[in-house]
Amino acid sequence: MRITTLTSIAALLLLGATSALAAGEDDYKAAYAAAEAANKQAASLRNQWTTTASTLAVAKKFADGGDFDKATASAKEAEALAKASIFQATSEKERWRDLEIR
Amino acid sequence: MNLRARIQFAAAAFALALLAFAAPPAVSADKVDPVADEKAFKKFFYDKFPKLKPEDFVNGPYSMDADLYKQWQDKEQFPPYEFSLELGKEMFSKPFKNGKTYGDCFPNKGIGIRQDYPTFDEKEGKVITLELALNRCREANGEPAFSYVRDEMAALTAYMAFTSRGKPFNIKVPNDPRALAAYENGKEYFYTRRGQLNFSCATCHVQSPGERVRTEVLAPALGIVNAMPIYRSEWNGMGTTSRRFTTCNSQIRGVPLTPQDDEYRNVEYYLSYVSNGLPISGPGARP
Ligand code: HEC
Repeated sequence: MRITTLTSIAALLLLGATSALAAGEDDYKAAYAAAEAANKQAASLRNQWTTTASTLAVAKKFADGGDFDKATASAKEAEALAKASIFQATSEKERWRDLEIR
Repeated sequence: MNLRARIQFAAAAFALALLAFAAPPAVSADKVDPVADEKAFKKFFYDKFPKLKPEDFVNGPYSMDADLYKQWQDKEQFPPYEFSLELGKEMFSKPFKNGKTYGDCFPNKGIGIRQDYPTFDEKEGKVITLELALNRCREANGEPAFSYVRDEMAALTAYMAFTSRGKPFNIKVPNDPRALAAYENGKEYFYTRRGQLNFSCATCHVQSPGERVRTEVLAPALGIVNAMPIYRSEWNGMGTTSRRFTTCNSQIRGVPLTPQDDEYRNVEYYLSYVSNGLPISGPGARP
């Protein structure tokens, strides 16, 4: 289960970073909204990554310049980061004790 | 892998770093036992650094390195926190508009009591840090709260620490389920990996004290809050406990929480408790 999640996160990241398909403004908006939603969930788990926000900012900059291919790719990358942070927070609920001095 | 290598590794490939999660799950939770924790925590550091005396740990990175220790002794001749200390002393004794002072909010007029903070407030059911108590004192007397990360708060806590120098940490975790939960949550926060680099506080301050991160030598977690607040050359000024905690979170590419959020209050409670008996050494000065 864990491995599956990780693989899909990694796949999503690669997809986001290398997507060759032409994307329009709607694709960008959908990708951005999905990334924001995931980042909001990370916030509720008290575990946002700074890189999610900075990657979202990059996406927005590309979109403002009219490059929706790159904007969409960045938004997808931001979503992958946010999802990884959610995964981290969730699995740490158990795993933090690994490091405990006892 | 040493710390620097781990940072580069994590920075280069967070997806790979996450694969570590596929390892077997941690041992399950058992009973909250602060007394046993404190013993194990101290033993870990005393065994790891057999040459150090317990009270050496309160000087952060200076305890880790002989050259640095020499620098520290030189620095204490003309301490860079002197200015803050003077300011704090003045602020502390100057009455609010209503004629009351900070001293009226604290036991023993606020003198020599830093080692008792954080305390657990049984009425509220929460941990109260010294920084929080100071702002509550201001608000109760009709004054606006200070920023938790700026100079005024650093000055006030510097003065209060100074009046308590040498006094051993005396943190109490009462036998109240809420206090035990706050303590345990603080411990969990300390050991929880976070941020894109997937580091916990313990990755740096338990597994790697004495190692260098860029130009800095990592302080050991034992006694790590005894010297707060601290002057740092890199900040070109003073930093409160809140400032230090939020900075440590951003370093690992985690978005810091708001100063004095429950997690930060609880982790300070935990770190102070396991350092019980070690002397207050604040304010401190760092390279
Ligand atoms: C990437 C490694 C890293 C992580 C993770 C980290 N810190 Fe730090 N921390 C540092 C560095 C670097 C310093 C400055 C050098 C020093 O004093 O250790 C520091 C300093 C401190 C200090 C001041 C110590 C002193 O004597 O100057 C405190 C307190 C502290 N950290 C607490 C925490 C807490 C609590 C966490 C978890 C929320 C944490 N740190 C996570 C790197 C880290």
